[in-house]
Amino acid sequence: MQFFNLPIDFKPLDDHATLTCAARVSGSELLAFCGAAHQAERRLVALWGSDERDRDAKFGYALHVAFDLADGLVCLTLPLLTENPEFPDISLPFPAADRMQRAVRDLLGAAPDAGDQRPWLRHANWPADHYPLRRDTPDARYETQNEDYRFVRVEGDGVHEVAVGPIHAGIIEPGHFRFSVMGESVLRLEERLGWKHKGIERRFVGMGLSDGARLAGRVSGDSTVAYAWAYSQAAETISGTMPPSRALWLRALLLERERVANHLGDLGYLGNDVALAFGLMQFMRLKEDWIRLNARLFGHRLLMDRVIPGGVAVDLDAAGAQEIIDQCHAVGREVRNLKRIYDEHAGLQDRFLATGRVTPQLAKQLGVIGLAGRASAQHWDLRCNHPCQPYDQLAPKMAIERDGDVAARALVRFAEIVESLRLIERIVSEMPPGSIRAELRSEPDKRGIGWIEGWRGDVLVALETGADGKIRRGHCHDPSWQNWPVLEHAAIDNIVPDFPLINKSFNLSYSGQDL
Amino acid sequence: MIPMLRQILRVGIVSEPAPAVDDALRATTQRLSDALARQLGRALVIRHVDAGSCNGCELEIHALNNPYYNLEAIGIKFAASPRHADMLLVTGPVAKNMEVALRRAYDATPEPKLVVAVGDCGCTGGIFGESYASCGRVANVIPVDVSIPGCPPTPLQLMQGILAAIAPAKPA
Repeated sequence: MQFFNLPIDFKPLDDHATLTCAARVSGSELLAFCGAAHQAERRLVALWGSDERDRDAKFGYALHVAFDLADGLVCLTLPLLTENPEFPDISLPFPAADRMQRAVRDLLGAAPDAGDQRPWLRHANWPADHYPLRRDTPDARYETQNEDYRFVRVEGDGVHEVAVGPIHAGIIEPGHFRFSVMGESVLRLEERLGWKHKGIERRFVGMGLSDGARLAGRVSGDSTVAYAWAYSQAAETISGTMPPSRALWLRALLLERERVANHLGDLGYLGNDVALAFGLMQFMRLKEDWIRLNARLFGHRLLMDRVIPGGVAVDLDAAGAQEIIDQCHAVGREVRNLKRIYDEHAGLQDRFLATGRVTPQLAKQLGVIGLAGRASAQHWDLRCNHPCQPYDQLAPKMAIERDGDVAARALVRFAEIVESLRLIERIVSEMPPGSIRAELRSEPDKRGIGWIEGWRGDVLVALETGADGKIRRGHCHDPSWQNWPVLEHAAIDNIVPDFPLINKSFNLSYSGQDL
Repeated sequence: MIPMLRQILRVGIVSEPAPAVDDALRATTQRLSDALARQLGRALVIRHVDAGSCNGCELEIHALNNPYYNLEAIGIKFAASPRHADMLLVTGPVAKNMEVALRRAYDATPEPKLVVAVGDCGCTGGIFGESYASCGRVANVIPVDVSIPGCPPTPLQLMQGILAAIAPAKPA
């Protein structure tokens, strides 16, 4: 297959839930493809590297870049020289690639030939020439060194810096934000992330194909269903296993329940951040009701480890299905009522409207995806663009807003709750009968990619097995990689006290991007 | 305003009674004197520190403040600074990149201070274990009084552990 009239031959990969094509390319072909994909307004999905020195002495490393095309997912692999593993910088057409490239450099020692050269995940806690994803690097811990990180300085009369974090003032994950402010106004925000880096990709190496699902489900706990499903897709591809239909419908049920739970929580906290504690209490009550039913029917409040390679770990009986339908009706009524209250609350609207604005044009330029993208008129939702079973039969409606402010991101959440409730009702009523699990057998030297629209955006898991059938390389990609840089732009010209509200309206994962 | 009041009245008070203390979660004997423990029990301030979790534990810690568990109603609240805290509630395996920050938060907390390690990762390092990037369990970095296992622990288990940390050695 060829795309964009470029002479690159792609091979469709077998057994993928979404059409997935792969090709080995040269550096100039990669650049030409990036240019064409950018021209065609397609987007970068993920970028990662791998150590191949045991297979190829000359080209000992590889860079993998995945794109979302109209036909499906395409993955380009660029072999890199063992002696000088350098690859072309693609952050010009795809700005979101910048931090991913820096992470590849920190973990693998293959570096972009231009662009930002500062470390990203390495915080002076291991030597600069020590690359954790190289197979011959010992898994040792080192003394913390003092190393200066060069934040971009804003200079001028009256400009000062406000440094926040890594430990934030609240029950929240750690990250560092450097604000350059003039009075109350934010002139520039620079993020420094990577604090939660806990070596997940290295941890995958040597794990059994089934066992890795638990780890993938803990890359970002709030998206555990999305990760476990994407991981399972990748593992099933490697094994050549087709999960039973009923299992896929149950996965969609769990994924939509995860979406609703997170949206309910976020809408509560958005209310709280504009001093409407009423909103927090009401939405947190609904969320608690929601996840208590998860615990009763599926045995886990956050639905961890319910999606497993080969199928699902839990089934649903008729009584449970009825409980779910009843709950959808009750929550739907309450959310409509609360939405009216939010809509009519002048103080809340005053803080929401025009705050943390990302225009559709800026969103397109930066490659914003997922929920935040849809609030800025970016039409990306895998459930609609590349529906896998059962979404191909459910025809989900994409929630789109154009204003790109906090209010728009709240509206997208409201709309998606309503749509997910509709999907859940359909899923439990139309779910086919049958078994819920197929056998999974690992195959040596195979690769598979899983791709699922979580509540925050699309999650990608790329897996490869070694000669022993164990995991050789596991890469998990969180949509937060694309959206964190956008937050820096959304904060500009807003006042510092509005930052928590803007941050919450994106609600990005630190753990998911720190890996 | 009227729809809000109507909603508040319709929902009413949903808070549930606090669970019993679970002494089995103690990692050490109670270091606080009985008098002090009784005092703290009615006005405990917690500083949460995420040292590298997957953010699952955070979701359940958030739930402690929902109207069902209503932690503030029994005199326990979260503070934004370790300077204001009696207890550090620490989640995650301690990421190497967070080790210094966690130690500084611990040093900034005034004595007498309590540390509660949350979740399987906080108790043992969990699925992430120890590696070039992870120091493993919280007790590898700072002293721990109470460990609450679970992946993640439920809000009730969290309350049982937090209450165990401030329970007098001899009940009144």
